[in-house]
Amino acid sequence: MTFDTFRCPANVARLDELVAFVEACADRFGLATKKKFGLLVALEEAFVNVCHYAYKEGEGDVSVGCGADGDAFVVEIADSGAAFDVLSLPDPDTTADLMDRQIGGLGVYFIRSLTDQVSYRREAGQNIVRMVFRQTEEPLQ
Amino acid sequence: MTIQITKESNATVVTISGRMDAMTAPEYEKTLNEFIASGETSFVVDFQGLDYISSAGLRALLATAKLLKTKGGQILLSNVLGTVREVFDISGFGTIFKIKDSVADALADLG
Repeated sequence: MTFDTFRCPANVARLDELVAFVEACADRFGLATKKKFGLLVALEEAFVNVCHYAYKEGEGDVSVGCGADGDAFVVEIADSGAAFDVLSLPDPDTTADLMDRQIGGLGVYFIRSLTDQVSYRREAGQNIVRMVFRQTEEPLQ
Repeated sequence: MTIQITKESNATVVTISGRMDAMTAPEYEKTLNEFIASGETSFVVDFQGLDYISSAGLRALLATAKLLKTKGGQILLSNVLGTVREVFDISGFGTIFKIKDSVADALADLG
């Protein structure tokens, strides 16, 4: 299992470069278009979470690895901020009306909804979110 | 993302193309806030050319819609299609916004 890796400062301004990198990787893998769309949303949500929350003081890097693991396409987003499992956040209330609707937690909800499998691990001082996309199963409703 | 503004007799039509993501969504919010501050109360936001939206885009839509509601205004969406529609459905945003099939339908609804 060899992953291509993209490393950059955790800054939302780098989103376009990251998306282009991972999209090219997914295209080489041959990920179906619909699945790739879900992947790109989940990728943005995970990246933006790191940019906004991983480094409370000062700046840090984010490292994104992607590639094939067996017949699945895998993306891992790593930061070296304080230990935090973003997947521990509760799902938002997706039924509230406009004025009561809160936006918090929606990004993580998208990560959960749009991946076939997602997990968090703390390893060597890094938070790593691993997202798995299978070619065959549909994660969307 | 590109934003195009068309003034109709009963609403401001905002046509969004490209990607509405964490980098571009603030531009949408800024544009709408300026129109709202200048007294505009009725908007149709057309997504015909929108290829992609994330939670940052939804956040911007929600913020402007809430602001508008406190001023007695309203916002309708049109042409919420394909993968953008999927994001709306997953998040429940498909039910908190009034969505029409076309700009013409939305304008007719505003009366």
